[in-house]
Amino acid sequence: MEVSVTVNGTTRSADVEPRTLLVHYLRDDLGLTGTNIGCDTSSCGACTVLVDGRSAKSCTLLAAQVDGAEVTTIEGLAGDDGLHPMQQAFHECHALQCGYCTPGMVMAAVSLVDEYDDLDAAGVRVGLEGNLCRCTGYQNIVKAVLAASE
Amino acid sequence: MTDTMNPFTGGIVGTPRLRKEDPALLTGESKFIDDLNLPGALWISCVRSPHAHARIGAIDASAALATDGVVAVYTGADLEGDWAGPLPCAWPVTDDMKNPAHLPVAVGKANFAGDAVAVVVATSRYTAADGVEGVVVDYEPLEAVVDLDDAASDRVVIHEDCGTNVCYDWPLVPDPDAVAAAFENAVHHVTETYVHQRLIPAPMEPRGVAAVPAPHNGDMTLYSSTQIPHVLKVMGALTLGMPEQKLRVIAPSVGGGFGCKLNVYAEELVCMALANRHGVPVRWTETRTEAATSTIQGRAQRQTIELAADADGKLTAVRATLLADMGAYLQLVAPGVPLLGAFLYHGLYDVPAYSFTCRSVFTNLAPTDAYRGAGRPEATYAIERAMDALAVAVGVGQDEIRSRNFIPTEKFPYDSPAGLIFDSGNYQPTLDRAKELVDWDGRQAEQAERRAAGSTLHLGIGISSYVEMCGLAPSRTLAALNYGAGGWESATVRILPTCKVQVVTGSTPHGQGHETSWSMIVADQLGVDPDDVEVLHSDTAISPLGMDTYGSRSLSVGGTALWMATEKVIDKARAIAAHMLEANADDLDFAGGTFTVKGSPDKEVPLAGVAFGAFTAHDLPDGMEPNLEAQVTWDPGNFVFPFGTHIAVVEVDEETGAVELLDYAAVDDCGNQINPLIVEGQLHGGIVQGVAQALWEDAVYDADGQLRSANLADYLVPSAAECIDMKLDYTVTPSPTNPMGVKGIGEAGTIASTPAVMNAVVDALRPMGITDVRMPASPMTVRRAIEAAGGAS
Repeated sequence: MEVSVTVNGTTRSADVEPRTLLVHYLRDDLGLTGTNIGCDTSSCGACTVLVDGRSAKSCTLLAAQVDGAEVTTIEGLAGDDGLHPMQQAFHECHALQCGYCTPGMVMAAVSLVDEYDDLDAAGVRVGLEGNLCRCTGYQNIVKAVLAASE
Repeated sequence: MTDTMNPFTGGIVGTPRLRKEDPALLTGESKFIDDLNLPGALWISCVRSPHAHARIGAIDASAALATDGVVAVYTGADLEGDWAGPLPCAWPVTDDMKNPAHLPVAVGKANFAGDAVAVVVATSRYTAADGVEGVVVDYEPLEAVVDLDDAASDRVVIHEDCGTNVCYDWPLVPDPDAVAAAFENAVHHVTETYVHQRLIPAPMEPRGVAAVPAPHNGDMTLYSSTQIPHVLKVMGALTLGMPEQKLRVIAPSVGGGFGCKLNVYAEELVCMALANRHGVPVRWTETRTEAATSTIQGRAQRQTIELAADADGKLTAVRATLLADMGAYLQLVAPGVPLLGAFLYHGLYDVPAYSFTCRSVFTNLAPTDAYRGAGRPEATYAIERAMDALAVAVGVGQDEIRSRNFIPTEKFPYDSPAGLIFDSGNYQPTLDRAKELVDWDGRQAEQAERRAAGSTLHLGIGISSYVEMCGLAPSRTLAALNYGAGGWESATVRILPTCKVQVVTGSTPHGQGHETSWSMIVADQLGVDPDDVEVLHSDTAISPLGMDTYGSRSLSVGGTALWMATEKVIDKARAIAAHMLEANADDLDFAGGTFTVKGSPDKEVPLAGVAFGAFTAHDLPDGMEPNLEAQVTWDPGNFVFPFGTHIAVVEVDEETGAVELLDYAAVDDCGNQINPLIVEGQLHGGIVQGVAQALWEDAVYDADGQLRSANLADYLVPSAAECIDMKLDYTVTPSPTNPMGVKGIGEAGTIASTPAVMNAVVDALRPMGITDVRMPASPMTVRRAIEAAGGAS
């Protein structure tokens, strides 16, 4: 079936099997490999993208479900003037090590900050519960998200 | 403490520096294994035994072969002729160690749930998975051996050709009479038994492989999400029986390893064998469930530790006895993992008599192997838990029992009772500082108040002081331990004509930030900008010599090779500069990237001028080779011994059994620090990984050998919500083992934190008569301990 999505501002389409997951559509059909896959159970959040502005785990959606939607992936975050403030904060706070969870973590954080005005550390910790990181112990991720939320 | 030895004067090393790895990782630009675009590649998916122990009967692949997109199905028997040998175990710790044949695809019998019995080859990952559904295997289930004692009893022998489930017995008892005498004369004799549950390493990136053949010239390029491209090249070539020079191994961006990618895995061999058969690239990406069932697991041992002490609680002997679970087969270094802890069951305490013995057994569970810390977390756990028991027996505080037994600073280098030489140490300041950070006295008072008030929210305070041996390792020492390889590392430093620098390292990062740290070292030495230093790694064609990354070895071994190679380049540059300045090389100073003549500061030549002169070679000293490049392979003379003290404060809810981490302080000493930012990050992550063993993570197998926590919904890798901010501080005691004075820090957090948390949990519950809680200290486990002790029900 033909699935058409506006990804990072550009309308893209591809002919895919109906069972194709959004994450595989993005990665394998559109070549946007920045979004990673870390589990089979929607637990880790590595595949988090924005669908119509809200964070979503792209391994939990079929590509067909987002036909016509606007999707932002990690590739669409940095602009001509450099890194997105959330990416910059992750860099400055050393909030990544191996970097595999990072695209999903950053997208989830962007959505979290967008959703809540007065985030504190506890709010960030609970808000990012659906995104796992094995390297950082989260301390610097929390620091980065708070820095970017200001 | 002040550092007594630090060769860095350039102002770059020792200052936090943001990582040059970050921009690519933050934008999705980095390429992990599954991101590689390989047109025409076939995908494989493995048919895995659902039984922990079963004879493999007929395999009917007809339905799979009739599935759209499925190209072929291979059984273990079909592929048996493709292997020149079984999957390698490089650490035969004893001459009579049992090592059952471990084929990439099982033949005859499956020995754990997850053992591959057939492989489906298809045109996409989806159709490969479809194909697996169509393979019907006729299994004859056998009794599964899942318990360590049951395994040791040989009631059911898993590998008939071995004749026993006992893999090996390994003793380290330098002076049995001294140990016996110490226990005979002991005033205090503490005996404790602890269990380390199985852990799933769970890097966020699962494993993945892509084998790209060149059928006509015989080349093979193996991409793998591995920590060890160099080791994999040697072992892969041997196992496939292909000429080593024809195999190139590339580790692309690797999303964490924690030891589980320090291996040679079946899928790597299968992809290469099938790429040869089909003449096109063959690839595989692990599912998270496969990562749980079929990648190596860690820990998995039972320890009995005995302490002998005099009336003051001064240790006179330590005796440790292990029963360790190897799982169904021996993976690459599995037998050696208990040995990496074998020398450290007396911790950082001055003990005259020492005994360690380990028996390792096979079970019908996933193979075990090195997991962050590998042997040292286990050893530290045993001694640190037992020290608290000794403190109770002697009637002194947990802090005091440690202070009484720390190896005195004046005894360094310390000849350990297990036969090591601890390079440098100064332990008491780490305990003092950690106590300050958690407000020790205040917390003690709070604990007493809560107890006096009869609160059901119990406060527990736990100390863990640790020393570890890392920086693997002196090759001669590894030889004495029967390890199948050396412990050196290689580095090349090359100054390009424009005075930009290329560094080639045999160390293989997967999140540690080598590119940043290595640049800082070289930039500090050469007086150039770290951004002008490019670090090349993880490709055996670019970096042909290497021993890779594990055992907190990168900096102290690979970094030292790099430092030495840079010094060698400077020496050559100095000779050229002297020629250019018509001066004696000994009369030149080199600082800030410029050579100057002593006493004549106006006579100078910048490194850039020397580099260009070395490149043009128009006027070099007689006999000197053009270009500025040096390669060094360094074999350390000793391990390095980082140390520190961590303190955890927990609250245990008597009514629910819930444990909450309230505070955590870590004071570590890894000698001189290159990039304090990276040290901090390693500690944060390492500490949480150790806390997770104490409180959350458990690879739960049932009596039939089925893994009940085979995904991230059931296996509790902590999220941000369970974790807290940690307080870190440092002391600096440089290592004399290497010229940079550095020690490793990659595993220290994990080594230290598990016993700190469990000591805190037990400390909270001790008034109820509880002396041990099994890990992980889940609400259920804690409640059961309380009920067993006759507490609230």
